[in-house]
Amino acid sequence: MDLILEGIKKAFWLLVSFDPEVLGITLLSVKVSGTATLISLFIGISVGATVALTRFPGRRLAVSLINTGMALPPVVVGLFVTIFLWRNGPLGVLGILYTPLAMIIAQAVIATPIVTGITLAAVQQLPGKLRLQILALGATRLQMVWILVKEARLSLLAAVMAGFGGVISEVGASIMVGGNIKGYSRVLTTATVMETGRGNFDVAIALSIILLLLAYLINLVLTQVQQRERPR
Amino acid sequence: MTSSTPVFEARDLQVVKGGSLILKIASLAVSEGEILVLIGPNGAGKSTLLQALSALLKPTRGHIFFRGQKIGTDIPLLEYRRRLAMILQEPLLFDTTVFNNVASGLKIRGMRRNEIEPIVERALKRFGIAHLKDRSARTLSGGEARRASLARAFATDPEILLLDEPFSALDPIMRETLIEDLEHVLRETGITTIFVTHDRMEALRLATRLGVMHAGEILQTGSPEEVMNHPVNEFVASLVAVENILKGKVIRRNGRTFFASVSGQEIEGIGDVGLGEEVSLCIRPENVTLSPFESGNPTSAINTFPGTVGKITPIGYYRKAQLNCGFPLVAYVTNSSFNDLALNKGTKVLASFDTTAIHVIRESTPTDS
Repeated sequence: MDLILEGIKKAFWLLVSFDPEVLGITLLSVKVSGTATLISLFIGISVGATVALTRFPGRRLAVSLINTGMALPPVVVGLFVTIFLWRNGPLGVLGILYTPLAMIIAQAVIATPIVTGITLAAVQQLPGKLRLQILALGATRLQMVWILVKEARLSLLAAVMAGFGGVISEVGASIMVGGNIKGYSRVLTTATVMETGRGNFDVAIALSIILLLLAYLINLVLTQVQQRERPR
Repeated sequence: MTSSTPVFEARDLQVVKGGSLILKIASLAVSEGEILVLIGPNGAGKSTLLQALSALLKPTRGHIFFRGQKIGTDIPLLEYRRRLAMILQEPLLFDTTVFNNVASGLKIRGMRRNEIEPIVERALKRFGIAHLKDRSARTLSGGEARRASLARAFATDPEILLLDEPFSALDPIMRETLIEDLEHVLRETGITTIFVTHDRMEALRLATRLGVMHAGEILQTGSPEEVMNHPVNEFVASLVAVENILKGKVIRRNGRTFFASVSGQEIEGIGDVGLGEEVSLCIRPENVTLSPFESGNPTSAINTFPGTVGKITPIGYYRKAQLNCGFPLVAYVTNSSFNDLALNKGTKVLASFDTTAIHVIRESTPTDS
C-alpha cells in the first residue's frame, strides 16, 4: 500500500515539477500515438467505408480479416515490423528501426484494423436507402461517401477513442521497434516496463498514473464532443 | 425539343434482379406539368420504377429520355439527377439541423451560404417549418420530418419530382394535412411529378393521370375518371375499389344493350359484347342504390334485385353493406340512409344499379391499355 501511495506522491511531484525527462517521454508518447491514430483514421475510414459500401467477391473474407485485425497482438505486429525494417529486411534500406518513426508505423498497423472495423460497422448501420437519398440529392459518389461518414461521426469518434486507446497503452511493438532508447524512443509504456524491471516501482507507478491520466484526458475531450453531438 | 416532347420517357425498360424480371415497362411518357400517380400493391415494382427513372438503378435493358435526351449518353447522369428530386418512403434526414438538411442539396451543388440562405428560408416557409430551422432533425415528429424532406426536395427547384409513398407511415390526420399542402404546392409550382402509392384516395387527390402497376408492369394509364370507371381488367378493377366484379355470360343482345346471366339472374348492360361471350361486370359500390323491400315490384325495374343484408361495416361517413341477391353485391350507403332503411343483418332490401353504371370487361380483352 505504501508503495502505491509513494508512487502517487512521486507522480504528483513529477507532474508539478515538470520533470524534463518525464515531460519528454509524455510528449513523445502523445506524438507517436497521435500520429499513428491519425494515419489509422485516414486509412481505416477510407477502407472501412469502401468495404461497407461496395460488393465484391471475397468481401466476407475481407470483413472477417478486418475483424480479426482488431485483435492483432502488438508483439506480433512488433515482430513483423522489426523483420521488415531490419537492416537485411525488405525495408531495411530506410534505416528507421529503433526510431520514433518505426514506432509510429507499428502503432498505425495496430490501430488501423480497429478504426477500419468500427467504420465498417458504423457505415453499414446507416439506413440502406440513405445512399439513394444522397445520390438523388445530386451528390457525386465521393460526396455521398463523405456525407455518410459525417452521418456516422458519433461512431467514428468511438473509433478514434478505441484506436488511440489501443496504441497509447501498447508496449510490445513499441519496445521491439523503438528500442526504448533514453531521450529518443522511450515512451510511457516502455519506460514503465523498464522501471518495473529495475525495481523502481514508485517511478513505474508514477509513469502509469501519467499514462492513465493522459488516456483519460484525451478520451474525456472526445467524449465531450461525442455527447455534445448526440441528438437532444 | 418540341413543345410536345415529354419531360420523361421510358422505352422498353426492364430490370432483372436475382434472375427475375421485376420491371417491364414497354413505354411510359410524362408530359410537362403532369402529376402521374402510380398505384399498385406492395411488390408491384413502383419503387423500382422510380429508382430506374431517377438513374439510381441501372436498368437491365431500355432507355430513359429526359426532354428528348437519352440519359447517360446525351445528358450525364449527375446532371440529370441534379435536375430532379426524389422523396423516399422514410424522410432520411441528416443528423444536423433542419436548416442544414434543407440546404443539403444546394450545398452539394456547390452554392454559397449567402445564396443558400434565402432559398432555404423560402422552402421552410412554404412547408410551414420556418420556426424549426435550428432544431436537430432527430427531434422532429413524423409529420415535421416529412415536411423537412419535402422542403429539401423543393429547395433545389427540380424540374421533376419523384415521390415514393412519402406519407405511408403517417397517421390519417397528419397524412391528410400533408397531402393537402403537397397538393397546393404541386398545383402552384406546376412541377412534373410521378407519385407512387398504394393508397387509392391519395392517388385520386393528386393525380392528373392515374396508372396502375402490377407485377412490374403498368396495366393501365389514363385520367383518374377513366381508370376508375373503365378498368381494363379485373385486377385494375379490384385495385380501384370496384368491389363488385360479377362473372357472367351474354345470353341476349339488342344492339349495344345486352343481357348477361349472373348466377341465374339477368343483368342488363350496355357494351360491345358478343352473344355467348364470358364477361365480367364491374359495378362500383357507390353506384348501387338500396331501397326498402316493400317499396316496389323488383321484376318491373331494370337491374333491381331483392337481396338480404349480410355484413355491415362502417367506413367513415358510409356503411359498407354486403348483400346476397343470388349473387354477392356490395353497396355503400350513407349513414343517414342506413338509419332511414333501418338496415341490419338479415334485412330484406331492393338493390338497383343503372345500366350505365356497369363497366364490362370482356374475358378476351387484352390487358394492355
